Amino acid sequence: MIKVLLFAHLQEKIGKDQLELEIIQSTVAELKNKLKNQFQLYELNSVMTAINEEYAMDEDIVKSGDTVAFIPPVSGG
Amino acid sequence: MGESLYEIVNKPIQVESLVSKVERREAGAITTFIGTVREWTKGKRTIYLEYQAYVPMAVKMLAKIGDEIGERWPDTKVAITHRIGRLDISDIAVVIAVSSPHRKAAYEANEYAIERIKQIVPIWKKEHWEHGETWIGDQLENTPYPEGEPNLKDVKI
Repeated sequence: MIKVLLFAHLQEKIGKDQLELEIIQSTVAELKNKLKNQFQLYELNSVMTAINEEYAMDEDIVKSGDTVAFIPPVSGG
Repeated sequence: MGESLYEIVNKPIQVESLVSKVERREAGAITTFIGTVREWTKGKRTIYLEYQAYVPMAVKMLAKIGDEIGERWPDTKVAITHRIGRLDISDIAVVIAVSSPHRKAAYEANEYAIERIKQIVPIWKKEHWEHGETWIGDQLENTPYPEGEPNLKDVKI
Protein backbone atom coordinates (compact mmCIF):
# COMPACT_ATOMS: atom_id res chain seq x y z
CA MET A 1 0.00 0.00 0.00
CA ILE A 2 1.17 3.48 -0.86
CA LYS A 3 0.00 6.49 1.11
CA VAL A 4 -0.55 9.64 -0.96
CA LEU A 5 -0.70 13.06 0.70
CA LEU A 6 -2.52 15.95 -0.94
CA PHE A 7 -2.23 19.65 -0.15
CA ALA A 8 -3.69 23.02 -1.09
CA HIS A 9 -5.93 22.96 -4.19
CA LEU A 10 -5.32 19.22 -4.76
CA GLN A 11 -6.76 18.46 -1.34
CA GLU A 12 -9.79 20.66 -1.98
CA LYS A 13 -10.46 19.15 -5.38
CA ILE A 14 -10.44 15.56 -4.09
CA GLY A 15 -12.05 16.45 -0.76
CA LYS A 16 -9.46 14.40 1.14
CA ASP A 17 -5.97 15.08 2.44
CA GLN A 18 -4.76 11.54 1.87
CA LEU A 19 -5.39 8.44 -0.21
CA GLU A 20 -4.29 4.86 0.24
CA LEU A 21 -3.53 2.94 -2.94
CA GLU A 22 -3.10 -0.80 -3.25
CA ILE A 23 0.03 -0.61 -5.36
CA ILE A 24 3.16 -2.72 -4.88
CA GLN A 25 5.49 -0.68 -7.05
CA SER A 26 5.19 2.12 -9.57
CA THR A 27 7.12 5.05 -10.97
CA VAL A 28 6.09 8.53 -9.90
CA ALA A 29 4.96 9.20 -13.48
CA GLU A 30 2.73 6.11 -13.52
CA LEU A 31 1.22 7.05 -10.18
CA LYS A 32 0.49 10.57 -11.40
CA ASN A 33 -1.18 9.20 -14.53
CA LYS A 34 -3.32 6.84 -12.53
CA LEU A 35 -4.57 9.63 -10.29
CA LYS A 36 -4.99 12.02 -13.20
CA ASN A 37 -7.31 9.54 -14.87
CA GLN A 38 -9.12 8.44 -11.73
CA PHE A 39 -9.82 11.91 -10.35
CA GLN A 40 -9.37 14.18 -13.39
CA LEU A 41 -6.53 15.62 -11.39
CA TYR A 42 -4.77 17.35 -14.28
CA GLU A 43 -3.11 19.71 -11.81
CA LEU A 44 -0.64 16.87 -11.25
CA ASN A 45 1.11 18.01 -14.44
CA SER A 46 2.51 20.97 -12.56
CA VAL A 47 3.38 19.64 -9.13
CA MET A 48 6.54 18.24 -7.66
CA THR A 49 6.57 14.93 -5.84
CA ALA A 50 8.16 13.86 -2.60
CA ILE A 51 8.77 10.27 -1.59
CA ASN A 52 9.17 9.84 2.17
CA GLU A 53 9.72 13.61 2.60
CA GLU A 54 12.43 13.94 -0.07
CA TYR A 55 11.88 15.50 -3.50
CA ALA A 56 11.73 12.88 -6.24
CA MET A 57 11.77 12.73 -10.04
CA ASP A 58 9.05 11.35 -12.32
CA GLU A 59 11.14 8.25 -13.06
CA ASP A 60 11.79 7.44 -9.40
CA ILE A 61 10.24 4.27 -7.99
CA VAL A 62 7.55 4.22 -5.31
CA LYS A 63 7.09 1.03 -3.32
CA SER A 64 4.50 -0.31 -0.94
CA GLY A 65 5.03 1.31 2.45
CA ASP A 66 6.21 4.62 0.97
CA THR A 67 4.49 7.93 1.56
CA VAL A 68 4.15 10.03 -1.56
CA ALA A 69 3.28 13.72 -1.30
CA PHE A 70 2.33 15.89 -4.24
CA ILE A 71 3.78 19.32 -3.73
CA PRO A 72 2.00 22.11 -5.60
CA PRO A 73 4.10 25.24 -6.25
CA VAL A 74 5.02 26.44 -2.79
CA SER A 75 4.13 29.88 -1.48
CA GLY A 76 5.54 30.19 2.02
CA GLY A 77 7.33 33.21 3.39
CA MET B 1 13.82 19.07 25.37
CA GLY B 2 16.40 21.11 23.52
CA GLU B 3 15.21 24.08 21.53
CA SER B 4 14.79 23.52 17.84
CA LEU B 5 16.32 25.88 15.26
CA TYR B 6 13.73 25.04 12.59
CA GLU B 7 10.05 25.05 13.43
CA ILE B 8 6.58 25.16 11.95
CA VAL B 9 4.13 26.50 14.53
CA ASN B 10 0.45 27.35 14.67
CA LYS B 11 0.72 30.10 17.27
CA PRO B 12 2.13 33.65 17.07
CA ILE B 13 5.92 33.77 16.63
CA GLN B 14 8.00 35.59 19.25
CA VAL B 15 10.85 37.33 17.40
CA GLU B 16 12.95 37.57 20.56
CA SER B 17 12.96 33.81 20.97
CA LEU B 18 14.60 33.37 17.54
CA VAL B 19 17.17 36.03 18.34
CA SER B 20 18.08 34.23 21.54
CA LYS B 21 18.45 30.93 19.66
CA VAL B 22 21.28 32.36 17.54
CA GLU B 23 22.97 34.56 20.17
CA ARG B 24 26.60 33.52 20.69
CA ARG B 25 29.67 35.11 22.20
CA GLU B 26 31.46 34.98 18.84
CA ALA B 27 28.65 36.81 17.07
CA GLY B 28 29.09 40.46 16.17
CA ALA B 29 25.84 40.71 14.24
CA ILE B 30 22.36 39.24 14.28
CA THR B 31 20.01 39.94 11.38
CA THR B 32 16.30 39.21 11.59
CA PHE B 33 13.83 38.98 8.75
CA ILE B 34 10.18 39.26 9.70
CA GLY B 35 7.69 38.33 7.01
CA THR B 36 4.25 39.80 7.64
CA VAL B 37 0.83 39.53 6.03
CA ARG B 38 0.31 42.31 3.49
CA GLU B 39 -3.13 43.82 3.01
CA TRP B 40 -2.83 44.95 -0.62
CA THR B 41 -1.33 42.94 -3.48
CA LYS B 42 -1.55 44.54 -6.91
CA GLY B 43 -4.77 46.33 -6.09
CA LYS B 44 -6.42 43.34 -4.45
CA ARG B 45 -7.30 43.52 -0.80
CA THR B 46 -6.49 40.54 1.39
CA ILE B 47 -8.82 39.95 4.33
CA TYR B 48 -6.77 37.13 5.85
CA LEU B 49 -4.44 34.30 4.85
CA GLU B 50 -4.38 30.64 5.58
CA TYR B 51 -1.07 28.78 5.51
CA GLN B 52 -0.85 25.02 5.21
CA ALA B 53 2.33 22.94 5.42
CA TYR B 54 3.55 19.41 4.98
CA VAL B 55 5.00 19.83 8.44
CA PRO B 56 7.65 17.08 8.77
CA MET B 57 9.04 17.76 5.30
CA ALA B 58 8.88 21.52 5.80
CA VAL B 59 10.98 21.20 8.95
CA LYS B 60 13.46 19.02 7.04
CA MET B 61 13.68 21.55 4.21
CA LEU B 62 14.24 24.41 6.67
CA ALA B 63 17.10 22.37 8.15
CA LYS B 64 18.44 21.79 4.63
CA ILE B 65 18.46 25.55 4.06
CA GLY B 66 20.39 25.86 7.32
CA ASP B 67 22.91 23.30 6.03
CA GLU B 68 23.29 25.15 2.74
CA ILE B 69 23.93 28.37 4.63
CA GLY B 70 26.50 26.59 6.79
CA GLU B 71 28.42 25.66 3.65
CA ARG B 72 28.26 29.10 2.05
CA TRP B 73 28.74 31.21 5.19
CA PRO B 74 30.58 28.88 7.56
CA ASP B 75 30.52 30.97 10.75
CA THR B 76 26.78 31.64 10.83
CA LYS B 77 24.03 30.24 13.04
CA VAL B 78 20.48 30.19 11.68
CA ALA B 79 17.01 29.83 13.21
CA ILE B 80 13.81 29.83 11.17
CA THR B 81 10.18 29.60 12.33
CA HIS B 82 7.19 29.66 9.99
CA ARG B 83 3.65 29.97 11.23
CA ILE B 84 0.68 28.12 9.69
CA GLY B 85 -3.07 28.36 10.11
CA ARG B 86 -5.11 31.55 9.84
CA LEU B 87 -3.17 34.81 9.86
CA ASP B 88 -4.60 38.31 9.81
CA ILE B 89 -3.13 41.43 8.22
CA SER B 90 0.24 42.39 9.80
CA ASP B 91 0.58 39.05 11.59
CA ILE B 92 4.05 37.54 11.42
CA ALA B 93 4.24 34.57 9.06
CA VAL B 94 7.95 33.85 9.18
CA VAL B 95 10.99 34.91 11.17
CA ILE B 96 14.59 34.20 10.18
CA ALA B 97 17.46 35.04 12.53
CA VAL B 98 21.10 34.71 11.53
CA SER B 99 24.12 35.47 13.68
CA SER B 100 27.69 35.80 12.44
CA PRO B 101 30.96 37.36 13.57
CA HIS B 102 30.60 40.12 10.94
CA ARG B 103 27.43 41.69 9.55
CA LYS B 104 27.84 40.98 5.85
CA ALA B 105 27.41 37.22 6.20
CA ALA B 106 24.41 37.68 8.48
CA TYR B 107 22.65 39.90 5.92
CA GLU B 108 23.51 37.70 2.95
CA ALA B 109 22.62 34.41 4.61
CA ASN B 110 19.33 35.84 5.83
CA GLU B 111 18.26 36.89 2.34
CA TYR B 112 19.36 33.52 0.97
CA ALA B 113 17.14 31.79 3.53
CA ILE B 114 13.93 33.58 2.54
CA GLU B 115 14.61 33.05 -1.17
CA ARG B 116 15.11 29.32 -0.58
CA ILE B 117 11.97 29.11 1.58
CA LYS B 118 10.01 30.38 -1.40
CA GLN B 119 11.54 27.66 -3.59
CA ILE B 120 11.70 24.43 -1.63
CA VAL B 121 9.75 24.48 1.63
CA PRO B 122 6.33 22.79 1.29
CA ILE B 123 4.16 25.57 2.67
CA TRP B 124 1.14 26.98 0.84
CA LYS B 125 -0.68 30.24 1.25
CA LYS B 126 -4.37 30.66 0.58
CA GLU B 127 -5.40 34.24 0.01
CA HIS B 128 -8.85 35.17 1.18
CA TRP B 129 -9.57 38.29 -0.85
CA GLU B 130 -12.48 40.67 -0.53
CA HIS B 131 -14.13 38.78 -3.40
CA GLY B 132 -13.09 35.14 -3.31
CA GLU B 133 -10.16 32.96 -2.38
CA THR B 134 -7.16 31.38 -4.13
CA TRP B 135 -4.33 29.07 -3.30
CA ILE B 136 -1.23 30.97 -4.34
CA GLY B 137 1.06 28.93 -6.52
CA ASP B 138 4.20 30.99 -6.55
CA GLN B 139 5.56 34.30 -5.44
CA LEU B 140 4.43 36.05 -8.59
CA GLU B 141 0.87 35.39 -7.38
CA ASN B 142 0.25 33.19 -10.42
CA THR B 143 -0.85 29.59 -10.21
CA PRO B 144 1.78 27.70 -12.20
CA TYR B 145 5.48 27.63 -11.65
CA PRO B 146 7.27 30.48 -13.41
CA GLU B 147 8.58 28.20 -16.17
CA GLY B 148 5.33 26.26 -16.40
CA GLU B 149 6.76 23.26 -14.64
CA PRO B 150 8.46 22.44 -11.38
CA ASN B 151 12.06 23.41 -11.25
CA LEU B 152 13.94 20.44 -9.88
CA LYS B 153 17.28 22.15 -10.06
CA ASP B 154 16.03 24.46 -7.31
CA VAL B 155 15.42 21.59 -4.94
CA LYS B 156 18.45 19.48 -5.75
CA ILE B 157 21.13 22.09 -4.99
